[in-house]
Amino acid sequence: MRPSSFYRIISCIFLFFLMVFVTAPKSWGQEQTVISSSNDSAFAQSTTEKKEGKFNAGEMILEHVVDNHEWEIAKIGSLELTIPLPVILFYNGRLYCFSSGRFHNEAHSYKGFSLEKEGPNKGKIIHLEADKNNPASSKVYDFSITKTVLAIMISALLLILIFISVANSCKRNKNKAPQGIQSLLEPLIIFVRDDIAKSSIGEKHYEKFMPYLLTVFFFILFNNLFGLIPFFPGGANVTGNIAVTMVMAVFTFILTTINGNKHYWLDVVNTPGVPWWLKLPLPLMPIVEIIGIITKPFVLMVRLFANMTAGHIIALGFVSLIFIFGAISTALGLSVSVVSVAFMLFMDLIELLVAFIQAYVFTLLSALYFGLALEEPERH
Amino acid sequence: MELITPGLGLIFWMTLVFLLLVFVLGKFAWKPIMQSLKDRETSIHEALNTANKAREEMKQLKAGNEELLQEAKNERDAILNEARKIKDKIVEEARQKAGEEAARIVENAKESINNEKMAAMTELKNQIAESSLILARFILKRELSDPRKQEEYAKELLKDIKFN
Repeated sequence: MRPSSFYRIISCIFLFFLMVFVTAPKSWGQEQTVISSSNDSAFAQSTTEKKEGKFNAGEMILEHVVDNHEWEIAKIGSLELTIPLPVILFYNGRLYCFSSGRFHNEAHSYKGFSLEKEGPNKGKIIHLEADKNNPASSKVYDFSITKTVLAIMISALLLILIFISVANSCKRNKNKAPQGIQSLLEPLIIFVRDDIAKSSIGEKHYEKFMPYLLTVFFFILFNNLFGLIPFFPGGANVTGNIAVTMVMAVFTFILTTINGNKHYWLDVVNTPGVPWWLKLPLPLMPIVEIIGIITKPFVLMVRLFANMTAGHIIALGFVSLIFIFGAISTALGLSVSVVSVAFMLFMDLIELLVAFIQAYVFTLLSALYFGLALEEPERH
Repeated sequence: MELITPGLGLIFWMTLVFLLLVFVLGKFAWKPIMQSLKDRETSIHEALNTANKAREEMKQLKAGNEELLQEAKNERDAILNEARKIKDKIVEEARQKAGEEAARIVENAKESINNEKMAAMTELKNQIAESSLILARFILKRELSDPRKQEEYAKELLKDIKFN
């Protein structure tokens, strides 16, 4: 009946496992710090040094998967190659702008703001004089250009450059065979148009949604593929960030809601083919339908986020294996590296497939929801 | 928990960038691309239709040509037949005419032969008459004393008269 119910269950299971997977290493990491601090309680300096020297897989993976205020390229011994990113903060009605490189000091703080390295607010910027009793008034609104934001901007710029060049070559080769990058991307555009939009929304209305569907498809695809590249312009986990997927899912939700016709809303309020006692004294079915309207974009959000994040976590897990075994003995680490690299290659190939599948699924489901909202009642 | 908590700043930037992206791409990329795809599809469709039409026309033209050829052949055959008939007729007529002419000539010849014959006969009769007269005169001239001699003489005379 509903394709989303299947995905809903799958996604819930996925999210559950993901949370277990992500939270478990974190707690191990905390245990380790507790142990090490109890051993060297007298020397705080040596504790931090020891902690930095020790490899913590859970922390490392999480650091790479979540957003960050600076873009780490490499860390060779004590030399850290990072790109500091601008920090933009709203605090007590004032705007603060400075580079995140300013946090590189002993206290990790600048102008009274501090970038938390530990605890529940790890990675967040808080004000040091924040009123603990009244957290609402002293909340720091962080509008920084973070790693993910920069990656979004880079990919948006690339998309604009690439597709405007495709559009230009389209104009140049009017009624001729496509050339160059145009011939690579045109089949994908035709695929989105014919197999996603036309078949889900129908001939009559599909053109209205084409800009949105194409943008979503290529935005997800580009960022999925960029996420697979481990170096600077790539490597950011954009589509594996829940805020990014949430924004896109909300757009799909808004478009579905404002385009819903009379038939669509009537079906929500008065679902056909359902016994009357499910609707009349207690509007059970309408409630379920309204929950369904909200779950649809929610599932879109979680599916993309969970798939991409899981892929990154697994790939990083294989890298971590090398260092975990390497810490025991160099030879063991080297021998494990062969297996790890082989598995990582395998994972990357799967991720390559997943990059396309997830872009396709998100676009297809968005198109299906638009199609449902615009469906005309069948005439008998 | 950071992993599944959407950040406010990120939501803001993503919304901004994504809206801009949809707007810019929609105006400067998707519109011309979709238009060109549509144009190309219609042009290909038209080209195929035209080709089909041309093929159909060629077929018709070919059929027309063949028809024309067949017609010409038929006409040629008809003309040949006609000519043959005319020839036969002419030959027949000529033969008939020739026959008639021959018959006429023969007739004429016969007639003239008859005429000649008649003339000859008349002449002969005249000669006979003449010679009879001469004979008679001779007989009369001679003495009709000796009946034997008379008879002999008549015989002799008769010998001289040769009927031709």
